[in-house]
Amino acid sequence: MAGVRVLVGTRKGAFVLTGDGTRRDWKIEGPHFAGWEIYHVAGSPIDPDRIWASQSGGWFGQVVQRSQDGGRSWDAVGNDFSYGSETGTHQHYDGTLKPWVFNRVWHLEPSLTDVDTVYAGVEDAALFKSTDGGGSWTELVGLREHGTGPEWQPGAGGLCLHTILLHPTDENRIFTAISAAGAFRSDDAGVSWLPINKGLLSGEIPQQEAEVGHCVHKLAMHPDRPDTLFMQKHWDVMRSDDAGGRWTEVSGDLPTDFGFAIDVHAHEPETVFVVPITSDYLHVAHEGKLRVYRSRTGGNEWEPLTKGLPQEHCYVNVLRDAMAVDRLDECGIYFGTTGGQVYCSPDGGDSWDAIVRDLPAVLSVEVQTLP
Amino acid sequence: MTRVVLPYHLRQLAKVDGEVTVQAGTIAEVLDALEAAYPALRGTMRDIGTGRRRPFVRFFACREDLSHVPYDDPLPAQVLADNEPFLVIGAMAGG
Repeated sequence: MAGVRVLVGTRKGAFVLTGDGTRRDWKIEGPHFAGWEIYHVAGSPIDPDRIWASQSGGWFGQVVQRSQDGGRSWDAVGNDFSYGSETGTHQHYDGTLKPWVFNRVWHLEPSLTDVDTVYAGVEDAALFKSTDGGGSWTELVGLREHGTGPEWQPGAGGLCLHTILLHPTDENRIFTAISAAGAFRSDDAGVSWLPINKGLLSGEIPQQEAEVGHCVHKLAMHPDRPDTLFMQKHWDVMRSDDAGGRWTEVSGDLPTDFGFAIDVHAHEPETVFVVPITSDYLHVAHEGKLRVYRSRTGGNEWEPLTKGLPQEHCYVNVLRDAMAVDRLDECGIYFGTTGGQVYCSPDGGDSWDAIVRDLPAVLSVEVQTLP
Repeated sequence: MTRVVLPYHLRQLAKVDGEVTVQAGTIAEVLDALEAAYPALRGTMRDIGTGRRRPFVRFFACREDLSHVPYDDPLPAQVLADNEPFLVIGAMAGG
């Protein structure tokens, strides 16, 4: 029977949760890299036993780990993320200029076509690529150098490149998102980049419709419709049907449209999931209730999904990389919380159960669908 | 040989237990030798680009904080004589 492997990054290590097709019984392994912050763990879609993990911490910096056996054993690979050209400065929180300094890897995105190629999104914002399985990294400097870099400013978590979406059939097309600069698209495999923020209106910046400066929290795409993108912005849930050329708000009847995580159903390109969070000042579940909202209409009309989720006294957050979907026949939805719970819905969001309840704060959740 | 005590996280990263030994007469040589023997430690004690000690890493030996001495100075005689280890420390930080 097919199964799933859920890759969980937390504030204090990584965990691997393995379940069969029922997604009711789980084997929980970890912590791997105990005590380290694991911002992201991601597996190759070509070889699911090939997994990378971003391991970092204030004491000892950045490490990248690679497993070749599905997460049972790990080896450190390359961790030299030297920028590929002169970096200059970007905006700091207080309006002063701050030199570009590498801090950590936020997101790892394995290639869809080459098992040795993986991308890394880092803070301070830049995109790196490895073609030797993570042994060495080269910055795709065109993103940082495309012209607006000096205007970029950090979100509360830092000036992080947190989203990398690879087009399923066109290897030249890559989407990225940076908090708080915005979304960008390359049509030449990362050599040159175009800001794709038209239609975003951000009340937190002086010029609401500015080319850059938008706090994009996450992008999501369904592989069957790669021109359609969904976005959870700081405030507002957005969609674009022309590969980011223009965005339209689809927050609709959400109780609050602030949030971090967003994902698309594996088999229904117009079914989207978000987790409303109270506000930018209150990063907790809205009204003390942990609710996933599902839209089956590509946005605007949303329904709360609550069965199995705490509906009182719940004040956790769900961070931007902490939601994922599997590709089993009945799509499973997963998310992790800052309270250490990892929830699974094996029925497309209708009901939920905690796979595990007391992990360290969850930073990221990915899921691999295994044969 | 110079005995080196690594902190917990770096022992885990290097996949070693207890002390390690390196051929080194200065702090710079200790770091070079550690990174050569255990490539996973590269960048964890000093910045890959600048070579500067990471802010929360300290070097102790013979009850002295050697973090700020020139890294090409000889190690203390007691370390070179194998009577004392060289300690890499993760600084106390947090609550």
